[in-house]
Amino acid sequence: MTFMSIPDRVLLAGLGIVLSVVFYVALMVGPVNIGIGKAVMDFLAEESSMDSLILFDIRLPRALLAMIIGATLGLAGAALQGLLRNPLAEPGIIGVSNSAAFGAVLVFYFGYSNFAWFALPLGGLLGALASVVIIFALVGNSKSVVTLILAGVAINAIGGALIALALNFAPNPYAMQEIVFWLLGSVANRSMNELLIALPFVLVGWGLILYCGRFLNALTLGEETAISMGFEVRRLRWILVIGVAACVGASVSVAGNIGFIGLVVPHLIRPFVGSEPRRLLLASTLGGAILLLVADIAVQLLSSGGELKLGVITSLVGGPFFLFLILKTRNLML
Amino acid sequence: MSLLKGINLGYQIDDISILKAIDIEVKAGEMVGLIGPNGAGKSTLLRLLTCVEKPGWGEIFYGDNNVDQISVEERAKHIGYLVQGAKAYWPFSVEKTVGLGRIPHQKWWQHSSREDQEKIQRAMEITETLAYRNRIVSTLSGGEQTLVMLARIFATDPQIIFADEPVAALDPYHQLHVMEILRNHSRDDRAAVVVLHDLSLAARFCDRLYIINHGCLYGSGAPDEIMTAENIAEVYGVKARITCDAEGVSVAPVSRLGEHHP
Repeated sequence: MTFMSIPDRVLLAGLGIVLSVVFYVALMVGPVNIGIGKAVMDFLAEESSMDSLILFDIRLPRALLAMIIGATLGLAGAALQGLLRNPLAEPGIIGVSNSAAFGAVLVFYFGYSNFAWFALPLGGLLGALASVVIIFALVGNSKSVVTLILAGVAINAIGGALIALALNFAPNPYAMQEIVFWLLGSVANRSMNELLIALPFVLVGWGLILYCGRFLNALTLGEETAISMGFEVRRLRWILVIGVAACVGASVSVAGNIGFIGLVVPHLIRPFVGSEPRRLLLASTLGGAILLLVADIAVQLLSSGGELKLGVITSLVGGPFFLFLILKTRNLML
Repeated sequence: MSLLKGINLGYQIDDISILKAIDIEVKAGEMVGLIGPNGAGKSTLLRLLTCVEKPGWGEIFYGDNNVDQISVEERAKHIGYLVQGAKAYWPFSVEKTVGLGRIPHQKWWQHSSREDQEKIQRAMEITETLAYRNRIVSTLSGGEQTLVMLARIFATDPQIIFADEPVAALDPYHQLHVMEILRNHSRDDRAAVVVLHDLSLAARFCDRLYIINHGCLYGSGAPDEIMTAENIAEVYGVKARITCDAEGVSVAPVSRLGEHHP
C-alpha cells in the first residue's frame, strides 16, 4: 500500500470542494434543463415556476438523499472495517443492508408506518441490528475473512428471500417492482419527507460512530491492548454497532439496499489517512457522499426513463472491485 | 514502596481452575519475572494484573488503591501492557503506531498535542526506533516490531510495564536490547513485570522471580535463591546446568527427566 498520509485539513477540505461541485452538477442533471439561478430566485420570491418546482421538489431531495445515504454508507463501511479489523467488511456484503430492508419492508407494507413517523427507520434499524448481532455471534473474535464473508452471504440470502416473501404476502399488486426497489435501491422520486424521516436516525448513528473513532484506533493493536488502554470494549462495540444500525437502517428504509459504497470508499481513502481508522471515518463520510452522487448522476445520464436503479450502478462497479480486493488480500488474510 | 499488589488471586473458566491463591507484589524500581512452563497461567496472571480480565477471587492494588476504585482512564495511564506477539492490524507507520500509546492521555475528540509529539519522539529514542519511523510496521523484522510495540508503551509513559514473552522469537541481540530497555525502565518509582521463557535472561535481568506452576505460586525470590536445579527439575521436568559467575546466573536445560512433563 502506498503511504502518503496527508493532513486532515487538506484532505477534508479537498473532499468538501469536490462534494460541492458534484452536488451542484447533480442539481443540474435531469431530463429537462433548468436554470438553477432562476429557480432559486423564483423560490425566494415565492413564485412557483417550473424551474423552482423541479429544483426544490424533485432534484434537491434526490441529491440531498443521495448525499446523506452515500455519506452513511461510507462511514458505516469504515466503521465496520475498523471494528472487525477487516477491509472486506461492508454493510451490504455482510448482510446489514438487506436485513435493514427487510425490517423496513415489514413496517411499510403491513401498515405499521402509520403508527408513528419513526416506525419506518426504526424497522430498518431493528433489521440492521439483528444482522450485526448475528454476524458478531458467528464471527466474534475470529479474524477469518472466510467466516465473515460466508456469514454475510447467508444473511444476505436470508434477508433477500424474506423481503421477497414479505412482499408476496403484502396486499400489493406491484410486488415484483417493489422487490427490485428494495434489493437494488434508488433515490429517485423521493420527497423531503423521506429525507426528514431518516435524518434524525442518520445523525444519531453518525454521532455514535464518530464517538468511537479513538476506540477504533486503539483496536488496531487488538482487543486486549485496547482494554489495557482504558476502553470498555464490550460497551463501545455496542455503541458502534447501534450507530451503524441506526444510520444504515434509516438510509435503507428510504432508499433500499445500495451496495458496495461502504466497501469501495474506505478502501480508496485509506492510503491518504495512513490507514488510521479514526481519520478514515470523516473522510469516508465525505467520500461516500461524493461517490453516491456521482453514481446517481450516472444513473440519470444512462437512462432518461429512470428505469435503471442506483444499486445496479454501484454493484456493477463495486462487485468487480470486491473481487479485486479479495485477490489482493487473500494471501494476507486467509 | 509497593507499586502493585495482588492478593489471593484466583481465576477459573467453566469450573476449570486456571489460577489459585496467587500473592504477588511489585515494588518501585523492581523488575519482576514470571516464569513457569507453558499453560501454567502466567499470561492469565498478567491479564488479571493489567485489569484486562477480572479475577474470580482476590484483590489487586495499584499503589494504595484497589483497582476497582481507580477510574479506567487513570488505570490506562498508569500501566502499559505488551501482549504476546503484539502487532498492528492495519498498515500503520512506526510513528503512528507509537502515537497510539498517547490515546489514554487524550479525550475522545482530541488529536495529538505538542506534548504528545514530544512523548512519541522520546519513546522512539528510548527504543532506538527513530531510524525507521516512517516504515510500515509489518515490513519490519520481528525484533524491530517488538521494539516498536515497546515504544508504543513508552509513549504512554506508564509507571508499570507488563510484557508477555517480549523476547520470544527474537535473536540474542534483540533479546538483550529489549531486556535492557525494560531493565532501564525499572528504576525509581517505576517497575516492570515480564513473562519469560528464557531462564538465563530471567535470572540475569530480574530482581525477583515468581515461579508459576499448575496455576499456583510455586515459589518466589531473588534469582540466585530460587533458580536451583531442584526447582527447575520439579517445575519444568528438565535437568538444567546452572552456572554462577560475574555476569550473573545462567541456566542451560540439558535433558528431559523421564516421560513426565508437568
